Amino acid sequence: MADLQDIQVIDPGVDESIKKLTPERIERTINRVLTEESAARLQIYLDTCVHCGLCAEACQSYISRDGDPDYAPVAKVKDTLWEMVKRKGKVDGEFLHNAARIAFIDCGACRRCSAYCPFGIDISYLIMTVRRILNLLGVVPQYLQDTTNSHAVTMNQMWVQQDDWIDTLMWQEEDAQAELAGTRIPLDKEGAEIMYSIIGPEPKILAQLIANMAIIFKVAGADWTMPSTDGWDNSNMAMYSGDFETMGRVERLHWERAMQLKVKRVVMGECGHAYRGAVYDGPRWLGWTKPPIPMVHAVEYYYELLKSGRIKIARKIEEPVTVQDPCNIVRGRGLHHKLRYVINEICEDFHDMEPRYEHNYCCQAGGGLINCGPPWKLSRMKSNRIKADQIRETGAHTVITPCHNCHSGIEDIIGHYKLGCHVSFISELLVKTIEMPNAGEEA
Amino acid sequence: MARLLQRVGDDEGSDWMVDREEWNWDTGKKLVCDLRALQDRFDEVHEWAVSADGERIAAPVLTAPDVFRVWVNDSLWEGEYEKAWHLVFGPDGRLTALVRVEDEWTVGIDGELWDERWEFAWNPTFNRNGSVIAVQIKDNMEYTVAVNGRPWEQRFHSSRGLVVSDDGSHVAALVQVEPLAEADTVGFMEGTWSVAVDGMPWERKFINVYGPAITADGTHVAAEVRLDICDYTLAEDGVLWDNTFGCVWEPTYRNGRRAIIAPVRTGGSWTIAENGSPIWDSRFMQLWNQRVSADSEHIAAVAAPGFGLWTVVVDDRPWRSSFNDLVLPPVFSADGRRVAAGIRHDGEWGIAVDGETWAESYDMVWDPVFTPSGDRVAAKVERDGRFAIAVDGKVWSPWYEALWEPVFSPDGTRLLIRAVENGTYFRQVVPFDSTFQG
Repeated sequence: MADLQDIQVIDPGVDESIKKLTPERIERTINRVLTEESAARLQIYLDTCVHCGLCAEACQSYISRDGDPDYAPVAKVKDTLWEMVKRKGKVDGEFLHNAARIAFIDCGACRRCSAYCPFGIDISYLIMTVRRILNLLGVVPQYLQDTTNSHAVTMNQMWVQQDDWIDTLMWQEEDAQAELAGTRIPLDKEGAEIMYSIIGPEPKILAQLIANMAIIFKVAGADWTMPSTDGWDNSNMAMYSGDFETMGRVERLHWERAMQLKVKRVVMGECGHAYRGAVYDGPRWLGWTKPPIPMVHAVEYYYELLKSGRIKIARKIEEPVTVQDPCNIVRGRGLHHKLRYVINEICEDFHDMEPRYEHNYCCQAGGGLINCGPPWKLSRMKSNRIKADQIRETGAHTVITPCHNCHSGIEDIIGHYKLGCHVSFISELLVKTIEMPNAGEEA
Repeated sequence: MARLLQRVGDDEGSDWMVDREEWNWDTGKKLVCDLRALQDRFDEVHEWAVSADGERIAAPVLTAPDVFRVWVNDSLWEGEYEKAWHLVFGPDGRLTALVRVEDEWTVGIDGELWDERWEFAWNPTFNRNGSVIAVQIKDNMEYTVAVNGRPWEQRFHSSRGLVVSDDGSHVAALVQVEPLAEADTVGFMEGTWSVAVDGMPWERKFINVYGPAITADGTHVAAEVRLDICDYTLAEDGVLWDNTFGCVWEPTYRNGRRAIIAPVRTGGSWTIAENGSPIWDSRFMQLWNQRVSADSEHIAAVAAPGFGLWTVVVDDRPWRSSFNDLVLPPVFSADGRRVAAGIRHDGEWGIAVDGETWAESYDMVWDPVFTPSGDRVAAKVERDGRFAIAVDGKVWSPWYEALWEPVFSPDGTRLLIRAVENGTYFRQVVPFDSTFQG
C-alpha cells in the first residue's frame, strides 16, 4: 500500500480545500471534464489499456519503492481516473485526497511509462486529466497553487515584479561586463534575431545565469534581445496544476511578445518543463499545432554554437561529470545526442548514466512535483532512490542538469542520499571554458 | 517597450493627420546623421529611436564607463545619468527617456527631467497627442502611477498595466489593493486586485484583472476580471457583465457606440461578445486581437477556425484563406472598408489584404500601412538582413541597412522613408507612384 508517511502529509491546498466541497460540485466537475474537455482521447486510452502492468517497471517511484504496486502507473490511473469514470463522478473527499497525492506527487508526468506501454498510452495525459479535475475543484497542493497564482498575476513563476525584472537585467548586464567588457543585455530590441526567454527562478534566485548567457551571446556575436516586460518567462506551472486558462494566458503572452519584437526565433534557457509548456501544451491549448515562431532549447543552441565554431572551448573541465537527461527535452524532443556532444566538448571525463537517453529516469522534481514544496519533499526523495543509485554509480563529481527542475531535484537527491557531488547548468561550465576575447575587444 | 513605440501607420485618426500636415512633405532626401562616427565617439551606442516625422534619431550612449547620456541628432542632452534607456518619441514629437540619477529613476523629456524621482519608474504611456505621460512607479516599496511627473496619492502593493485616455483626462492601472502573504492561496482567491482610475480603486476586488481599456474621453474603464477558478467576465467601472465565461481576452471599446467588445470562450469555443452577449454567430477554436474600425462600425480579429489554422474574421466572416503559423493583429484602412495583417505560413512571413495573400514572402514583415484612401498597402519587410518597403505585394523601394515603418502624406501622394544606408540615417520623401522614384 501507499507509504503511510505520504498519506499523512498535511497540505492545506488539499485538505482544507476538500472540506469546502459538496458532493454535487465534485460530481458536476468530474463529469464536465470527462464529457466536455477530454472526450475521445480519454475514452480511447481507457478502452485500450489491458492492465498488463508493463508500465510498472518504467516508473522510478515504483522501482524506488521496491515494487510497491500502488506506485505503478497503471495503479495510479486505476485509483484515480478509472474510479471517477466508473463511479460517474460520485467520489468523496477521502478519494480526492488520495487522488491529489497520486496525481500531484507520485506522478511527475514524465512519460517514461508511455514509452514502455505496448499501446503507447499517454498515461501522463490521464494523470493530467485528474489534475485538471482537481484544479477545477480547488484541490491543488498549496505551494504549487501559489506558483500558479504567481503566473496568473505576474505572468511569471516567482512573483517577480515588473520593476525587479528590469532592475535585475540591468545589474546582470553590469555583472557580465565585469567578466567581459562590452557585454550587453539588449532590452526590447525590435528586429533582433533571437528573443531569449527564461524561467522565473532565474531573476529571483539564480540571476547569475542571465549574465552567463549574456556572455555566451556576446562571445558568439549573437543578435539577441530580452523583453523588458511581461512575457519573458517561458515557464508554466499552471500547466501542471491543471489551470489551463492561466497556462494559455502565459503562453499567449510569451509568444505575442516574440511577435512584437519581430524576432526570427526564441532561444530558451536550460529548462525542461518550460520547453513542454512553450512548445507543446501551451501552443496546442491555444490552437497552434507548434510554436508560432521557432523555439530552440539552450542545449540545441549551445550545440549550434559549438558545432559551427562560433564559440570555442579553451580549456575543458577535468573532473568527472555525468548528465541528467531532462524528460521534456530528451524523451520529449530527442536532444540527448546534442546534449552529449555539448558535454564532451566542454568536459574531459564524461560518465553516462545507466539507463540513459530517453530511457533515463526522471528527476522526480519536474511535472510540478518540486513546486509542491516542503511538505512533499521526503516523498519525492523516497520515490527516487533509483536516481541516487544511478548517480552514485557514475562516480561523477558534477551532475550536469540542463533543466531547472532537474537541477533542484537532483540537488535534493544529492543531499538526501549524501552522494557528495554537486549540480551544474551547462552555461556555468561554458563561461568557465569558452575562449573569451580580450577585455574590451569586440567578439 | 517596442509595442509602445508610436507607429504612425497604426492609426489614421485626426490628430495624426494634423501632425502630418505640418511635416515637410517636399520630395527629396535629407541626410540627418552619419551614424558611423558614433561608434568611435562613444563607448557604447544602444538602440535607436526615430521620430515619426523622421527628422530626429536618438540613442542612449555611454560617454565614459557607467556614464549614460542621451544623444539626438548629433547633440547630447546636458545631463549625465547612471542609466538611460527606453527612448521614445511621443506623439507630439518630444523625446522621452527613462533615466537613473543618484540611484533614483525619473522621466527625461527633451533633456529636462521631471522633478520627482522614485525607486523605479517604467512603462511610459502617452495620451493621443502626447501631452500626458504616465509611468508606473515604485517608491518606498509601494507602487503607484505618476502622471506628468506627479504621483497619485494612493499607493498599492503592486501595479501592472496602465492606460491613458486619448484626451489625457484620465489614467487607469491594474493595482493590488490587499496584501498577500507568501503562499496565501486562500487570501488570493478572496481577491486582492482591482482597477484604479486616477488613483481611486474600484470598490470590488477580483482574483485577477487583465487588459484594461479606457474610453477616448476617459469616462469609462473596462477590464477582464476573474471571479473564480475558471470563471471570467468583463467589468466596466467596477460593474460586471451579466454573463460569465470560461475565459475572456482583453476588451476593446467601440467608442462610437458606447460599447465594449471582447473575445469570450463559451461552450469550449470562442466568439465576440458585446456588452456581455455574443454578437457573432461563428465560433472559433481561438479568437483574439480584435480591432475596431475608426467609425466603430466594423470589427476584425485574429481567429483559429480549426486546429493550426489561422485567419482574420471581419464582422463575423472569416477570410477564405488561412495560415498555419500565425496571423498578426489586423489593421483597418481609415474608412474601415479594408483589413490587412501580417501572416506566417510554412515558416515564411507575408502580408494578406482582405484575405488575399501577397505572392512575395519575406524573412520578416511589419504591420501593413494603408494609404489614406485605403486603396493601396505598404509594409516594411526584411530579407537577408536588409529592409525595404513592399507595396501591394512587391518590393517597391531599395533595400536598406535599417528602416522604420513607412508613413504616407495626408493626401496619400507621397511616402516618407526613414532609413539607414552606408551608415547614414536619412529621411526621404518620395512620390508614391507605381515605381520608386528616389
